[in-house]
Amino acid sequence: MSGPSTYKPTTAFGKWMHERLPIYALVKESALDFPTPKNLNYFWTFGGILSLMLVVQILTGIILVMHYTPHVDLAFQSKEHIIRNVNGGWMIQKFHEVGASMFFIAVYIHMFRGMYYGSYKAPREVLWMIGVIIYLIMMATAFMGYVLPWGQMSFWGAKVITNLFSAIPFVGESVTTWLWGGYSVGNPTLQRFFSLHYLLPFVIAGVVVLHVWALHMVGQNNPTGIEPKEVETAVPFHPYYTAKDGFAIAVFLLFFCFWVFYRPDYLGHAINYEKANPLVTPAHIVPEWYYLPFYAILRAIPDKLGGVIAMFGSILILFVLPWLDTSRVRSGNYRPIFKGFFVVFAIVCVALGYLGSKPAEGAYVVWSRILTAYYFAHFLIILPVLGLLENPKPMPASIADDVLAKNKHNALQPAE
Amino acid sequence: MKKLKAIVFAGLALAVLPTVAQAAGGQKDSKHIAFSFEGPFGTFDRTQLQRGFKVYKEVCANCHSMNLVSFRNLSEGGVFTEDQVKSLAASYTVKDGPNADGEMFERPGLPSDRIPSPFANPEAAAAANGGAVPPDFSLITKSRPGWYGTFNQLWNGIGGPQYVYSVVTGYNEEHTGEACPEGKHYNPYFGSGHCIGMAAPLADAQVTFDDGAPNSVDAMARDVSAFLAFVAEPHMESRKQTGFMVLIYLAVFSALLYFVKKKVWADQH
Repeated sequence: MSGPSTYKPTTAFGKWMHERLPIYALVKESALDFPTPKNLNYFWTFGGILSLMLVVQILTGIILVMHYTPHVDLAFQSKEHIIRNVNGGWMIQKFHEVGASMFFIAVYIHMFRGMYYGSYKAPREVLWMIGVIIYLIMMATAFMGYVLPWGQMSFWGAKVITNLFSAIPFVGESVTTWLWGGYSVGNPTLQRFFSLHYLLPFVIAGVVVLHVWALHMVGQNNPTGIEPKEVETAVPFHPYYTAKDGFAIAVFLLFFCFWVFYRPDYLGHAINYEKANPLVTPAHIVPEWYYLPFYAILRAIPDKLGGVIAMFGSILILFVLPWLDTSRVRSGNYRPIFKGFFVVFAIVCVALGYLGSKPAEGAYVVWSRILTAYYFAHFLIILPVLGLLENPKPMPASIADDVLAKNKHNALQPAE
Repeated sequence: MKKLKAIVFAGLALAVLPTVAQAAGGQKDSKHIAFSFEGPFGTFDRTQLQRGFKVYKEVCANCHSMNLVSFRNLSEGGVFTEDQVKSLAASYTVKDGPNADGEMFERPGLPSDRIPSPFANPEAAAAANGGAVPPDFSLITKSRPGWYGTFNQLWNGIGGPQYVYSVVTGYNEEHTGEACPEGKHYNPYFGSGHCIGMAAPLADAQVTFDDGAPNSVDAMARDVSAFLAFVAEPHMESRKQTGFMVLIYLAVFSALLYFVKKKVWADQH
């Protein structure tokens, strides 16, 4: 992407094309030959896995739309029509539904990887922030997608979440009415959610292009967090990382297909197999698992507006993470104290998810408050202070030294 | 590296959190009875499904609709032959129309027709049943968990068929706690509160099976639960069979890709 192209076409057609549209040169230089640190571990394969998941969701989604009817009287039946009557519909519908969960599993691993290895630190702040934008659009997309089957949890989930906007001072009620397209969640709501659910994945695809562009400007981080100095520490993306990502993707698909074929309904809610009924409130309204930590934060604050601010704040705080972490060392591998706090933070996130799935009463509320406070403290107190106080471990002079040290270690073990 | 494994675990743990805690009012766990269609290779017992359909038709269908299911769905997987489905559908009268004169008319059912509902509309259903609409049975084994718990549901499924069985056979349990209001019946397995509007629906020998199979309440409840699991997911067998082949394929494919990756990287280590 920098400097004039060095690519020389070898065939007559290649030459002809290159003078008109140098598309192969672009692919070759920015994808196939892209220099990539040779020491990336398997946590770096989730970028490729996420790209695949976006494609899976768009392709299955386009097919579903051919049979789905966005209307309050017909949506539920049309989903069942897809499952029962469309050829292979049961499989396509499940790939889409389970795919949403897989997408979030992959994105959470991708994000935690970035947080552990300091992938958000200079010069990768913009790369990281674009990633947070993608995550936000993903959440909006998944939320609206969950409304489309028009089951009980679709309806009541939509009602609870859209109602949050009514907490905005002065204009809250008007905003909510505007979002609904009426005075309650109804047909206009379903239809606009459908429209946006179809639109947003393509917006994500566009922002992914920016994400990849930013990545190509600054290059990949790596487990040592040291910028590659010598040419030898990098390998061309193809065939090295196409082979490694390909293997990781196949294993991920194995995991994905287990859910699709053997536990297809587990990641959803049983009650969503009942058609939406505005007159019957489910005993517990719970969002999808991937929102649960934020749902716990929302309910931890006794004030409605405060809860909404805390919930959105818990995601928006990621935008300033590059400036909250004051440590100059990127990789957690060389930050002994940070490592411990990182693990605690990961556990806190999971625990918040658990609390989000529980009714908001008794000890659950108390724990939600404690852990919500910790969540914010991690970003606002621990990371800034830790960077100033912590004594990092000695780092290898270069990636090459790190790789050599590992190879020496491996040489002592039986040969692979 | 060890710490990173912890992150993976965190991610996986998140993945298995969804269905926690939805039990309402201390619903009693459904009875853990076994069905032939459970497990990764389980299949439906065709004769059991035929018996279950008979129980549904003669007993349940007086109140409970099944309006997502067409007659032809009953021939899926060869549970009934197509001829059986045709004559079965023809034994129902279906309202159709309007015809060229603008009149509604009645005709014998066709395999493509949905199974007719016992009531013309939800209001009629509620009026005839003490104000509560009897739930539709198309998806009842998918929408009603028999038990809860993140890992319990992961290993054992949600227990939908067991829920139906337990509610149908759960009227004789010793009554503890508050008495049910007039017209309600005590049933600890019921999902929303302990008092259910429906009276015990089955009595011994209520339905006579053509194959002379046992027709105790227990046997009939098993049969109808199996049948309802079938209508909730008629393609269950092809799901498991396809899934098995897909997983084998992907496992072999992953192994091959692993060796490809190893070969490609051989000159770098």
